[in-house]
Amino acid sequence: MFEKLQYYFSFPLVGYALTVALLVSLCASLLGVTLVLKRFSFIGDGLSHVAFGAMAVATVTGLSNQMIIILPITVISAVLILRTSRNTRIRGDASTAMISVGALATGYMLINLFSKSANVAGDVCSTLFGSTSILTLDRKEVLLCTGLSVIVLLVFVLFYNKIFAVTFDENFSKATGINADLYNLIIAVITAMIIVLAMSLVGSLLISALIIFPSITAMRVFRSFRSVIVCSAIISVVCAGSGFIVSLLCETPVGATIVTADIVVFFIFSAVAGIKK
Amino acid sequence: MNKKIICHNASLGYEDGIVTEDLDFTINSGDYLCILGENGSGKSTLIKALLGLKKPVSGEIIWDGFTSREIGYLPQQTPVQRDFPASVREIVLSGCLARCGLRPFYNKADKKLAENNMKQLHIEDLAGKCYRELSGGQQQRVLLARALCATSEMLLLDEPVTGLDPKAQSDLYELISGLNKKGITIIMVSHDIGASLKYASHILHIAKKQLFYGTTADYINSQTGRNFIETEDGFYV
Repeated sequence: MFEKLQYYFSFPLVGYALTVALLVSLCASLLGVTLVLKRFSFIGDGLSHVAFGAMAVATVTGLSNQMIIILPITVISAVLILRTSRNTRIRGDASTAMISVGALATGYMLINLFSKSANVAGDVCSTLFGSTSILTLDRKEVLLCTGLSVIVLLVFVLFYNKIFAVTFDENFSKATGINADLYNLIIAVITAMIIVLAMSLVGSLLISALIIFPSITAMRVFRSFRSVIVCSAIISVVCAGSGFIVSLLCETPVGATIVTADIVVFFIFSAVAGIKK
Repeated sequence: MNKKIICHNASLGYEDGIVTEDLDFTINSGDYLCILGENGSGKSTLIKALLGLKKPVSGEIIWDGFTSREIGYLPQQTPVQRDFPASVREIVLSGCLARCGLRPFYNKADKKLAENNMKQLHIEDLAGKCYRELSGGQQQRVLLARALCATSEMLLLDEPVTGLDPKAQSDLYELISGLNKKGITIIMVSHDIGASLKYASHILHIAKKQLFYGTTADYINSQTGRNFIETEDGFYV
């Protein structure tokens, strides 16, 4: 088993993939706590479908660097979804659902109509579930991914206290002169960035799992905001690392294996919380 | 200079229509004002306007000498907060955030302020506890301590005793009254007429429009006051 791993890690691509997996899951878990507490989980889900649509558009245009299209479209959608979810005249959940399934359907249709690839079904499947694409990342993509992750981490650390305040009590924050709308916007933009990053790892359908599972798991046991965040980050990184290695050894799809690890830890923590009571 | 909030012929409302109008009063620093009115009379809208979160449809609200840093707000609890994983210390400290400005982290002075306010409200031994596991009265004191971190001037309280048992209610009223005696201006939305008459120096009674504004003594003798006191709480007078 050890030799098999050693063999795999002799390829630089596998090392790149692991780095990306760890960074992306770390970022996703940090923001996940805020999104879950703000009842914004559905925004993450909606955005991941938008990212799929954007990926389809990028594939059709045949650009070599698809990020140029995917990142701006997803960020703009994040801002739009956040705006509409505040608008009392259009129901937030309905409009998010409209945007997300609309993007999914349009994306799939575009790929089918215009793709030059011989294996359309395979392409779509790997975009949705991220089955193999993480092992085909090149150096440039890994650098981009690392850069974006570092930005997300920095923003999160610098605005940690503000994010806490805006998550806990938006009205109070506004009343004391904190620009809550700005911080909501920052949260939405970095959520979009994380989703784009995570798409190559777990695919667009499984991204929400990376965002939601670690934070919900941490909340089962821990009782302060900081401990929930730290625990959620640790769970996410450990699950990503172990899921990645298991997927190499057993030749299972990377994304699904990582998410399965997250689910297992969730049940373990639930049991621990149950015993504690 | 004496700080005050002047509400001049203000009408408040949403896109769909006016909620309350003809508001005309002045709150001086050091006052203890109770805003009375039935549900739907526009009390919560008025709080939003006083906080500057909502502009009047017509008329104006003038902040004479205040900046927003000097308002502490005790909002009604939201469902999000009831199961929020946060320690008491984290929540109280978040009241210092407006003082931080662009500084990303709390400094020693902020932490000291939070400690002092927790002591003042007798919750210092709860500092490490989880907010969602506290009793209703303790939760309100945590939020009050947070509000005090944001202000040393004025507190706006939105029905602070809702859902508390009678003992916790009177404890909280005594605490608030004590803060007022230390010079903090109190504005409280309430439908607890008995406590309002007992503690407040001024009463503002609204029902779609302003029915009464003046001192508590004048209110008890006014027609509005007598009608309201009789219907709400017949045994008081």
